[in-house]
Amino acid sequence: MITSVPSVVAVALVAVATLAIGTWGLRFSRTTSDFFVASRTVRPALNASAIGGEYLSAASFLGVAGLVLVFGADMLWYPVGFTAGYLVLLVLVAAPLRRSGAYTLPDFAEARLASSRVRTTCTLMVVAIGWLYLVPQFQGAGITLESATGAPSWLGALVVATVVLVNVLSGGMRSITFVQAFQYWLKLTALLVPAIVLVGVWLDDGRPGPNATAGDHWSLPLGEGGTQGLYLTWSLIIATFLGTMGLPHVVVRFYTNPDGRAARRTTVVVLALLSAFYLLPPVYAALGRVYGAEANADVIVLDLPKLMVPGTGGELLSALVTAGAFAAFLSTSSGLSVAVAGVLTQDVFRGSRFTGVGAFRASAVIAVVTPCAAAVAAPDLGIAKAVGLAFAVAASTFCPLLVLGIWWRGLTDVGALAGLGTGFVASGLGVTYSLSPYATTGWVDVLLTQPAAWSVPLAFTTMYVVSRATADRVPAHVRRFMVRLHTPEAVALDRG
Amino acid sequence: MSTNPPERVRVTGPPRRTTSRRTRAHEIDDQTLLGTVLMESLLRAQLRLAVLTLAPLVVIAVGLPLAFHLVPSLSDVRVLGAPLALVVLGVLIYPLLILLGWSYVRRAEQHERDFAELVQIVES
Repeated sequence: MITSVPSVVAVALVAVATLAIGTWGLRFSRTTSDFFVASRTVRPALNASAIGGEYLSAASFLGVAGLVLVFGADMLWYPVGFTAGYLVLLVLVAAPLRRSGAYTLPDFAEARLASSRVRTTCTLMVVAIGWLYLVPQFQGAGITLESATGAPSWLGALVVATVVLVNVLSGGMRSITFVQAFQYWLKLTALLVPAIVLVGVWLDDGRPGPNATAGDHWSLPLGEGGTQGLYLTWSLIIATFLGTMGLPHVVVRFYTNPDGRAARRTTVVVLALLSAFYLLPPVYAALGRVYGAEANADVIVLDLPKLMVPGTGGELLSALVTAGAFAAFLSTSSGLSVAVAGVLTQDVFRGSRFTGVGAFRASAVIAVVTPCAAAVAAPDLGIAKAVGLAFAVAASTFCPLLVLGIWWRGLTDVGALAGLGTGFVASGLGVTYSLSPYATTGWVDVLLTQPAAWSVPLAFTTMYVVSRATADRVPAHVRRFMVRLHTPEAVALDRG
Repeated sequence: MSTNPPERVRVTGPPRRTTSRRTRAHEIDDQTLLGTVLMESLLRAQLRLAVLTLAPLVVIAVGLPLAFHLVPSLSDVRVLGAPLALVVLGVLIYPLLILLGWSYVRRAEQHERDFAELVQIVES
C-alpha cells in the first residue's frame, strides 16, 4: 500500500496536540488527588465532553460502521446500547456513586460491604475488564496505521501506547480531562465533515440509495438464524445496556464531579453528545453499501473518502478521519490506563516503598505495557466484537454489585463475592471461547459467543440468594451508608 | 473621639425555647421510626422513577427485535425511503434517550427537594 503523506501528518498532529494539551494540563496537577480524580472539581460541560471523548473508542469510530455495513441494522444495537447504557447508569447509579465518596469501584465495594476480600476481587476484575478493553484499542491502532500508511500493524499499537504512557505519566487524571474533552470534539468533526462532503458527492452522483436491494437481511434489526438471532440481539442489548456502568474508565469519571446533582446533569449532557456522534457511523455504512466498499469493513470509515473522492480532496478527508480514529484510540486507552493504574496503585503498591505519585506512575507502566504486548500477540477479533465482550464481563460483575449495593440493604460481602465470581466465570467462558481457536455450532456456540443474556441474570440471582442466606452478615453501617448514597448533599445529615 | 466608651450592654430578644429548634435531621441520624420512614419514602420514590424511566427502553429493546422476528415483512417497510429499522435505531431512538434522561433528572431533583423540605421542618 502506498504511504499517504496527509494521513501520517494527521496522526503526528493528533499525537503532538495530545501531548501538548496534556503538558498544559500538568501545570494544574499538583497532588495525588489531581492525578486520580482531578480533585473532583470538573464542571458538567467539560466533564461531559471528557466522558464523551473517553468513551467513544475505536469500536465506535471504526467498528460500528464496519459492522452495520456487513451485517446490517441489527448492528445498530451497538451504538444504541453504548448510549442507552448511560441512561441506565444515570437512573440507577450516577448520583449515588458520586455521593458514596469513593475513588474507584474497589473503594465503593469496600465502603459498602466493609470487606477487604470483596475489594481485592473487584481490583482483579477492574484490571481484567480494563485490559480486555485495551487490547482491541491497540489492535485497532495497528490496522488504522496499516491502512493509512502501510506501516506494520505492531507500529500503530506501539505509537498509541507510547503517547498514552507519556501523557498519563506526566499529568494523570487532571491533564487527561482536558485531552479528552478536546478529543471528543476532534472525533465529532473528523466524522461529521467528511460525512457531509460524501453525502454531497452521493447526491451529485445520482446513485440509488442503500436500500435498492430491498427485502434482504440488511434492514432487519435482529440477528440471522431465527430464535438464535433473536437471542444474540437480546444478549448484545443486555451486555451494552448494563455493561456501561461497570466499565472502569466510565465509573472513575463520575468521581470527578463536584456532587451528586452535577453527576446527573453531566450524564444527560453525555447522552446528548453521544447521540450526536452515533448519528454518523450508519451514514458511512450506508454509503459504503452504495459504493461497494465491503472488502475491508473494519476500516470502511478510513477508505470511503478515498474511494468516493479521487485525488487530493479524498486524501485530505481520509487524513481527517485517520486523525479522528487516532484520537479515539488515544482517549479511550488513556482513560482505561488511568483507571487500571488507579486501582493498581491503591491495592498492589499499598504498603510498598512506592508511594503517592511514584506508585501511580509505576502502575501506569504496568497498565499500558501488558495489554500492548497482548495486542501484538493475541488474535484479532474485530474491534467491536472484542469490546462487546468487555461489556458482557462488566455487565455480569459490576452491574449487579452496583445496582444491588445501591438499592438493596440486604447485600452481604459473601453474597457479593459469590455473585461476582459466578458472573466473572460465566462471562469469562464466553471470552475464552471467542479467543480460543476451538469452535462449535448451534446453541452452544450462540450461548458462548454472547453470554450476557444468561450470565447477567445468573450473577444477579447468585448475589441475591447468597446474600439472603447470609443475612446475618449485613454490615452494621448499611443504613448510614444508604443515607450517604441517596440524600442530597445540601441537607445536613450524619453520613457516617 | 471619646476616651471613655460607654459600657457594653447586652441586647437580647425575648427568650426562645432553644431545644425545639431541632429539625427532623436528627430523626434520620438517630434512625428513629420517623427517620426510617423518611429514608424509605425517598428511596422508594427514586427507584420508582428509575423503573418508570427505563420502562420505555425495555419495551423497545424487547419489542423491536421481537416484532421483526414475528413479522419479517416489517423489514420492507420504508419511512421516507429508508428502512424502518434504520430510521428507528439510527435516528429516532436518540432524541428519546435524551428526553428520558432530561425528564428523569428534573423529577429526581424534585424528589430531593421534597425530601430536603420534609427533613428541614422544625419540630415543635
